[in-house]
Amino acid sequence: MTEHLPALQVVVPMLAAPVCVLLRRTQAVKVFAVLVAWSTLAIAGTLLATVLDSGTISYKMGGWAAPAGIEYRVTIANAYILVLVTSVASVVLPFGLGSAGSSVPQDRKYLLFAAFLLCISGLLGITITGDAFNVFVFLEVTSLSSYALVSMGHGRRALMAAYSYLILGTIGGTFILLGVGLMYQMTGTLNVVDLSERLPEVMASRTMIVAFGFMMVGLFIKLAVFPLHQWLPNAYTYAPSTVSAFLAATATKVSYYVLARVVFTIFGAAYVFGELGLDRILIPLSLAAMFGGSVAAIYQTNVKRLLAYSSIAQIGYMTLGLSFNSLDGLTGGLVHLFNHAMMKGGLFLVVACVTYRLNSSMVDDWRGLGRRMPITMAAFVVGGLSLIGVPTTVGFVSKWYLVSAAVQQDKLVVAGAILLSSLLAVVYVWKIIETVYFKAPPEGGDPVAEAPMSMLIPTWILIGATIYFGLHTALTAGVASKAAALLLSGVP
Amino acid sequence: MTPEFAIGLSVLLPVVGMLGVLLIGERNPDAREGVTLVTTVLTLGTVLQILPGVQAGEQPGLEVLEVLPGLVLAFEVEPLGMLFALVASGLWVVTSLYAIGYMRGHHEINQTRFFACFAAAISAALGIAYARNLFTLFVFYEILTFSTFPLVTHAGTEKAKKAGRTYLGILVFTSVVFLMFGIVWTANVAGTLEFAKGGILAGKISGWRLYVLLGLFAFGTGKAALMPFHRWLPAAMVAPTPVSALLHAVAVVKAGVFTVLKVVVYVFGIDLLADTGASQWLMAVAAFTILSSSLVALTKDNLKARLAYSTIGQLSYIVLGAAMATSAGVLGGGMHIAMHAVGKITLFFVAGAIMVGAHKSEISTMDGLGRRMPWTYSAYLIGSLSIIGLPPLGGSWSKWTLLMGAAEGEHWIYMVVLLISSLLAIGYLMPVFVRGFFLPEKHDDHHDDHHGDHHAEPHEPLLCVLPPVLTAVGCVLLFVYAENLYDMLAPIVAVKGG
Repeated sequence: MTEHLPALQVVVPMLAAPVCVLLRRTQAVKVFAVLVAWSTLAIAGTLLATVLDSGTISYKMGGWAAPAGIEYRVTIANAYILVLVTSVASVVLPFGLGSAGSSVPQDRKYLLFAAFLLCISGLLGITITGDAFNVFVFLEVTSLSSYALVSMGHGRRALMAAYSYLILGTIGGTFILLGVGLMYQMTGTLNVVDLSERLPEVMASRTMIVAFGFMMVGLFIKLAVFPLHQWLPNAYTYAPSTVSAFLAATATKVSYYVLARVVFTIFGAAYVFGELGLDRILIPLSLAAMFGGSVAAIYQTNVKRLLAYSSIAQIGYMTLGLSFNSLDGLTGGLVHLFNHAMMKGGLFLVVACVTYRLNSSMVDDWRGLGRRMPITMAAFVVGGLSLIGVPTTVGFVSKWYLVSAAVQQDKLVVAGAILLSSLLAVVYVWKIIETVYFKAPPEGGDPVAEAPMSMLIPTWILIGATIYFGLHTALTAGVASKAAALLLSGVP
Repeated sequence: MTPEFAIGLSVLLPVVGMLGVLLIGERNPDAREGVTLVTTVLTLGTVLQILPGVQAGEQPGLEVLEVLPGLVLAFEVEPLGMLFALVASGLWVVTSLYAIGYMRGHHEINQTRFFACFAAAISAALGIAYARNLFTLFVFYEILTFSTFPLVTHAGTEKAKKAGRTYLGILVFTSVVFLMFGIVWTANVAGTLEFAKGGILAGKISGWRLYVLLGLFAFGTGKAALMPFHRWLPAAMVAPTPVSALLHAVAVVKAGVFTVLKVVVYVFGIDLLADTGASQWLMAVAAFTILSSSLVALTKDNLKARLAYSTIGQLSYIVLGAAMATSAGVLGGGMHIAMHAVGKITLFFVAGAIMVGAHKSEISTMDGLGRRMPWTYSAYLIGSLSIIGLPPLGGSWSKWTLLMGAAEGEHWIYMVVLLISSLLAIGYLMPVFVRGFFLPEKHDDHHDDHHGDHHAEPHEPLLCVLPPVLTAVGCVLLFVYAENLYDMLAPIVAVKGG
């Protein structure tokens, strides 16, 4: 049984999705989906423990060996991502389990959960597979299900947002496919291990530069690297808040892993940084994202949109870490995947709590909420402090690695820029905190009660994790640094 | 009680007290204040348990947890930290008495939040005092910033909110951009963040980088209120007076200069700075801060604002002492932490007592008030003389030692600066006293018109008068027992291997 865990990791949520459609009854679907999410977490946890213990697992799908068959390859690096995705899913899916919840009509709830499970399955597939074409397939599974998820948001704008997400996502997917196609043409294989072995022979050719270019642009779109981030703010703003929480915490993170894998494992750091000089493009783009995203966030009047722009800035930190091409840098990037997932997931769940009671995510409507929803708002404060990177929160851990990496390479200006941009987070977080705690509640509004327990518990699990993992970093930074070492070594 | 246990307990006790205060809340204010007082006394008692060992030359420590490889949350009490911990926890007892009188006399709102945040701030200050390394210090430094924010914005008015922005803006900006930069840089250059006698940077960094790194630490410690990053301190005066007294004359600002001293002594090492002259520019900045803030203080009519600018100048005495990079300079700076704390808290207590007793905050309206509030004004006189640096009061010793430090390093010009600053202090502190006793009382009808019942005789609530009198006595005691203080601090600059 346990030797089939790599397959089950993807197959369980994938098969569970149609079961949701068959079950149909909302409560039953909810409970079923939660159980599936928890089982995927158990599988991912077991896989991580196994690879930490005894090294990389190679699983041949259907017993067919590569290159004819598809290989699933579990390393420390992707087991870490598997745990990230499944643990966020395990916390977000039970959100509001007992209550009516969210803007999605009751009679279509089962579709939401089915799409959710498909999306989880796709994300896990992208991460676990050792086959370049298979990555594309799961990328499409993820994308299609997330278009559906976004479109379930409230109002017509959600449809518009899902549509532009679909267009840009398809362009990104196509670019990746073109890149994969060119690589296949030059090497005759789609297996990642084989690719990394055969590519050096053909590396000098112009085709490979083109292939790399296609891969990069496609992944930059999926990852929402500035200036290819246009799809993200609308998608996160108009999707149901729980969907925003899940996507913000996982979708871009998985794309980041694919990026790291393409750069370090398939093409190799020597080629990408030494010959092509990716860092000369990616460092300025990352800095632009960090400042541009944060400045844009400051001017937002909708909390969800504010958090979305903040995500663009945070993705800038991650890509910056990657472009240092050093152990501390990549560790910083990888640990920030986890850290950002917790804080941003938690903050979007706070928004979900508020919209459940208030039906508004406009900053202005949050006046005086500090006294009316004290527990929810305390979660916002903690999550906000984490976003700023105050010591004892996870944000500090990420920042520590990134600034260290910059200092080690004597990039003092970049180090200063990282710190300076984290200050912009103070501005946009404090804008909300002042509104919530210092302004009087709107006159004549209905009294607002605290969110129900079924929502507060998942929110506080994520928010509490931002403090816990800010102090105990063995599971996050410890594993991330092993994963970074593995990726940097170029061993597939 | 072992010193190790006492270290942990004294950081935790205020937190426990805070939870107690929050649990009791507004339901029973007397019980709530009881919890505060008991906590303060217990905390001071616990801190005192550590003292004998430190005096005997031990450095008890406690490791809490390793956050990242090399980043350890850990405490270790050395003489400078012992001094700061004593000052903070000792004056907390007095301030709590005072705060009860003040908050009730002034009918302040949200008293539960006030006492809770106060306790959190003291816990953070003790954490800073005990920090074994820069990382621990930084963690508690930031906790101190965020726990005092609700105290600064206590009134919840537009003015308080604006002051809160300035407060947080400057303190977070400097600490995140400069201080954290300096810490990460140090970690990567020196390979450690642990404070060590003689410093950890000698031979590891040179040239312009040394200057820049010192600048990152000096300006990054925004709480030291070195110009041009001093604006937050006058802004913080919008807080209730007990906050200004304990936090913005003692705990917060002293945490700043304490950090500067620690960094100079245990990270750079005074030999490195003396040999390279890397801290000479810092002396100039400190001297500029001393003189210009004293001049600004002369122009302020609001008593608390005047005291705030006076504090900015006095803090730079300590920065100046550190930047001299001489042993007497460092010791003088260390002593000044205690001397200035006790003197300045007295003055703030008086400012608050006048506000509660006579409803006056502008100096020009306080004519003749001294005859009616004799105890308060006597305490004011003693506190002022100590700040000015006249015997037989504590302030004279620290100023004397600082002058010695300047002489030791042959920084003659800075001796002149210190002397001029004393004259300026006479200029801004004495008029309050002189007006109070020697000018006839003004009967201004335009003032306090809406407070009809306040025209009655100024009263001195016991809990507002007793604390300044106690701290005034403290100024005298510090003069008498200054030697003990000096002896305790002396090992921090003792020659290695001697």
